[in-house]
Amino acid sequence: MSLITTLARLEAVSTGVAQPAATVRHRHLSGQPLVFVPLTTSGEAGAPLGALVGTDRDAPRLLVVPQPRDRDLRFAFLAELADVVLPYLDSYAGSVEAAERTETDPETGKRVKVEVELCADAPQLIVPGRAGIEYVRLLGRSMRFRRTAEQDPEAPYPAPPRVPLLGRWLTHFGERARVPGSSLLLAMTDLLSRHWATGQSGIEDQHLGALLAWIDPPRGSTGAAAARTAELARDTDGQLVCPPAGPATDPAFDNKLLAPAFERYDRARTALAGAEDGLQADTRLGILTAAEREIRDLVASRTRPTWDAVWRGLDLLHRLPEGARVEERWTRDRWSFTGHRDRVLAGEPPQPRRDDAVTAANKLATREREQARLDAQEALDDPLVMAGRRLSGEAFAGEVLDVVMAYGEGKRPSPRPLVTVRTEDRPQLAEGAKTYRSLGGKPQSMEFVGQEAAGVVVLRVLDKMGRGKEPEPGSVPEKGDRFTLTLFEHEQRGGAKLPDPEATPWTHGGPPGEGVPEPADAMTQEDVL
Amino acid sequence: MDKTALASALGSPSAFGQSQFALTRGNAFEAKVKADGGAELLRLVRGHLDPGAEAAERAAVPDLSAIGPEGRTARTALALREAGEAGGWTLLDHPMLALEVAGSPAFLEPDAVVVHPDGSWTVVEIKSFPMLDGSADPAKVGAAARQAAVYVLALEAVAARLDPSPRVRHDVLLVCPKDFSNLPTASAVDVRKQRAVTARQLDRLTRIEEIAGTLPAGTCFAPDLPAEQLTAAVEAVPATYAPDCLSACELAFHCRQRSRAADEVTALGRAVRAELGGLTTVEDVLSAARGESGDPADPAVAALRRAAALRAEALQGAACP
Amino acid sequence: MTTTTAFDPGAEAARATSAILHDTLHGTDRGVVVDSPPGAGKSTLVVRAALELADAGRPLMVVAQTNAQVDDLVLRLAEKNPELPVGRLHSSDSDPYDKALDDLPNVRKSAKAADLRGTPVVLSTAAKWAHVTVDEPWRHAIVDEAYQMRSDSLLAVAGLFERALFVGDPGQLDPFAIVGSEQWAGLSYDPSGSAVSTLLAHNPGLPQHRLPVSWRLPASAAPLVSGAFYPYTPFRSGTGHGDRRLSFAVPADGSGPDRVIDEAAESGWGLLELPARHTPRTDPEAVRAVATVVRRLLDRGGAAVSERSPDPTPLTADRVAVGTAHRDQAAAVRAALAELGVSGVTVDTANRLQGREYDVTVVLHPLSGRPDATAFHLETGRLCVLASRHRHACVVVCRAGVTDLLDAYPSTEPVQLGTLVKFPDGWEANHTVLAHLAEHRVPWRP
Repeated sequence: MSLITTLARLEAVSTGVAQPAATVRHRHLSGQPLVFVPLTTSGEAGAPLGALVGTDRDAPRLLVVPQPRDRDLRFAFLAELADVVLPYLDSYAGSVEAAERTETDPETGKRVKVEVELCADAPQLIVPGRAGIEYVRLLGRSMRFRRTAEQDPEAPYPAPPRVPLLGRWLTHFGERARVPGSSLLLAMTDLLSRHWATGQSGIEDQHLGALLAWIDPPRGSTGAAAARTAELARDTDGQLVCPPAGPATDPAFDNKLLAPAFERYDRARTALAGAEDGLQADTRLGILTAAEREIRDLVASRTRPTWDAVWRGLDLLHRLPEGARVEERWTRDRWSFTGHRDRVLAGEPPQPRRDDAVTAANKLATREREQARLDAQEALDDPLVMAGRRLSGEAFAGEVLDVVMAYGEGKRPSPRPLVTVRTEDRPQLAEGAKTYRSLGGKPQSMEFVGQEAAGVVVLRVLDKMGRGKEPEPGSVPEKGDRFTLTLFEHEQRGGAKLPDPEATPWTHGGPPGEGVPEPADAMTQEDVL
Repeated sequence: MDKTALASALGSPSAFGQSQFALTRGNAFEAKVKADGGAELLRLVRGHLDPGAEAAERAAVPDLSAIGPEGRTARTALALREAGEAGGWTLLDHPMLALEVAGSPAFLEPDAVVVHPDGSWTVVEIKSFPMLDGSADPAKVGAAARQAAVYVLALEAVAARLDPSPRVRHDVLLVCPKDFSNLPTASAVDVRKQRAVTARQLDRLTRIEEIAGTLPAGTCFAPDLPAEQLTAAVEAVPATYAPDCLSACELAFHCRQRSRAADEVTALGRAVRAELGGLTTVEDVLSAARGESGDPADPAVAALRRAAALRAEALQGAACP
Repeated sequence: MTTTTAFDPGAEAARATSAILHDTLHGTDRGVVVDSPPGAGKSTLVVRAALELADAGRPLMVVAQTNAQVDDLVLRLAEKNPELPVGRLHSSDSDPYDKALDDLPNVRKSAKAADLRGTPVVLSTAAKWAHVTVDEPWRHAIVDEAYQMRSDSLLAVAGLFERALFVGDPGQLDPFAIVGSEQWAGLSYDPSGSAVSTLLAHNPGLPQHRLPVSWRLPASAAPLVSGAFYPYTPFRSGTGHGDRRLSFAVPADGSGPDRVIDEAAESGWGLLELPARHTPRTDPEAVRAVATVVRRLLDRGGAAVSERSPDPTPLTADRVAVGTAHRDQAAAVRAALAELGVSGVTVDTANRLQGREYDVTVVLHPLSGRPDATAFHLETGRLCVLASRHRHACVVVCRAGVTDLLDAYPSTEPVQLGTLVKFPDGWEANHTVLAHLAEHRVPWRP
């Protein structure tokens, strides 16, 4: 944690309310995000209990599994979820614009520009916390290898038609969320703690209710007191007033409310199955329906506060102006969305359980590049982030004291003016170090020549001055100009090209061989998970 | 000592406790793994740790019941010795082991210990979190490995008393449900590191007896005492609160309150202190940053003032662009 | 001390080297792996293997991890065989290689691999090689510092050669990624893992050798470094206890720095222990203590006797180095040295000191004065690098209380299934080193 963030946190402690950790919003927010608040059954991997989902804050869709140990009911839940999520995704898949992409021509091996489609906008999923992102991945993994009756008439317990497709999409969103700066799938706690520093630790910031309490405490209360209430206050029933944002539930809820409700539901189902005539069946169906309604109400009561909290968080975030380079990163998310859309359309198989060596290396390279890009762009977009880089000696702000025209060696002398800059920062400059300033959104490089006096450095401008002998107007700093120079690069270079998976070298196990379709997960006879 | 009850009595109830769904599932899974005289469990042990050994079709499963923890510990030690003499595979279901902690014995109950035909011993941990595509939650695996390392140490103490001393294997077997099913799968976990760390800690704990000695005579943590008395008793035990405690200890909310009341910066995380040098309270740091206290020659104070100035400049610039 | 064993370091090392060269030149396996502890003659081995491969007429590419390492190998090759044409493939950045290479007539430099094709030996960094494409792979490669190379980096270049000799030190700093890579933990080809672990996971039968003798570390240091950092692959010092001697013309003035210098000269190790206190990274007292020790080392007319020459060699500034964990600490020490009028002493972080060698090192302990112990500070490789750069003596400057700090931060690392446990544990290794240093402790209140 940088000292600037530490200070902000301590100020939050002292003032009782969260302090800004950013002056602009560093993530793209969709005008129509899909909010997803899932709950899961304790102790069971991939046994959803229910969820609130939708794009309308006033009308969430409530999905409930009245008995999570029943495979059919779980499938029904997933099918309903697919009915909400897939049409939402489809509404973005259809609207495209023309774009160019550089590809390697398979015949000539040359890099050529090809015209392709790019989705004009992309969908955005918001979950309450990081555990929600993990849960999206888990749901994706549990669904994408399922077989529907249409795919495989022999499959035992076939999945409802669109469930495997939803699994592939959730997997894609879950994978994309690992890319730094991406915004297809975001956790509200991450979003809020990126932009505000609370008076509590990062671990405590994972509690959405407590985090919001610090950022926007109720009138007359301090953040600390409100956060403590959000964490611990219980009603007369022993239930948390602010239920956990999930997907895990509070054990007291499981034991005191949910377990008896499940029991009533199970009893009602058994009774209905044993009904001996129509009249009895009608009565017992009524009891079953009531039992089911009770569970629905319980799930709604635990998800609705979180649902409202997520939307409140979105309101707070919308008040911050969007950072200048956020749009550029969102375009990368649009490419990611378009790419997966195309893979699905092309009939490619679901994402494998494990990446092959080349895919893993490519993903790691991409994420490292995106991390560097995000670090640079956030600093350029936000003086508060830049302040942290200045404190650590990776950037410095200064005023131009003097400019002396000079020329480079070579056949055609090009302008290489020397700029003297005074700064109160302490950049860690080594001889020949490159520094960059943003000139019309593009980086201009200057080389560190030497230190003239304490706090006075001389730099040589290297580029962005045009082709002529005289620099283009406005391209050379002038006396009195103030700007910030960074020691880090503003734009990221592409990495080396890795071999195709079929050409995986012997050091990494050789080619993975003919791709066989991934088998579905084994189904157990018993109807437990 | 029931720390949950104690925390509630102190006025800082925690969110701890276990869901009965998880409990039921955990028990059902363990029963399934150990069904049929542990046939599946022994198959996993042999497959993962000892593929060269004879097939584990028949295994001895000695009765370990006895009166009291001491009795069960003695029964376990006897069963271990007999298993070595008899040869073949033996499964010890819920054995009891004793480990000396700060001078007094602590009794431990591993899920299972398996004696191999070559006489070596393996600790088995059965957990109900899933292994998904061969990997599992690293925090949970880490906790299981630390737990198993304690069993390994306790078993080594038993082994040391036998002649010849059997080998206690440093690869333990972690058994978990596979993917989304209730079928068991397993992975060998090398606990040498955890074993070394635990051994060193236990060694140090014998010196912590002195801490116990500093407690007021008659200190007793019983939740039915009045709150002031309880608080006094708990506060006599030195504890350094850090937010990581919240996921590990039922008393953490109580300690957090004390830490916040004392204005400790570490209430925000131990890492916060890294650049603050000797400054330990929130007010000290803020007043040093404001230039009201602190020695400007202290690099921590100097850095704080620079940080405060840069932060103020950035926020001011943002307010009026 | 009487150590009457039949261990002949020269013969042991020669036997290991000839087995390595035999496997490299005449073996049938596609790879040969060599573990080399600190100062065991890794560079000498690489140069010798390169020259023998070139002699055998096998086109060779050499992959190192940094430009400095590549330039160093080029200079060594040229020194051993000035006639051999050598290619230095470099980046297109400004100032891409050591200017000293310009004075070597048989070294060709280019940013394009095609220009250098046909040269018997071509050397470059892994990063540069990754951009090279070839129709026909090189017959042989040498991969230097292979334990510091990431698996994905090897993936990018492995298609360029048919077979390779992999050389490196498993005890030094591991490669790392700036983003999380947990999702691949446990996979044999985890891209963030070391190149050697991937190589061996897929080719478990490859011959693996070990250089058994450290020529750098003195007899006083090898057992500690070997025991703490290489518990399962021990090595020995190439010299005996009487072979190296460090003495000072000016007697000690009784101060802490002088006493710790004498202790280190006598025993090989010295711990200058400042009073316990929590400090920021650039603890002014500790920084000044480091600088003072360096200043006194130079002022007192040190002379080193070793197996290299019968006559004492003066302990000059270029034979002394200061090692720190962080760059700002190195900067603070440099400033403090300048204030004391000392110049010419190398001051750098562990990362940059890897592979270097000095007569005496002064180390600011990574955990000195820290209120917390992070994984970074506990990393075994960092301490190993800092404790294994010296030929004669190592002085560690540290605040008291690190043992308690370690006890307050037991390692509770998460565990990834399927990953090989890397030994030793940083926590454990730190305890081992501190216990040893405690025997050479000089408490000092500056």
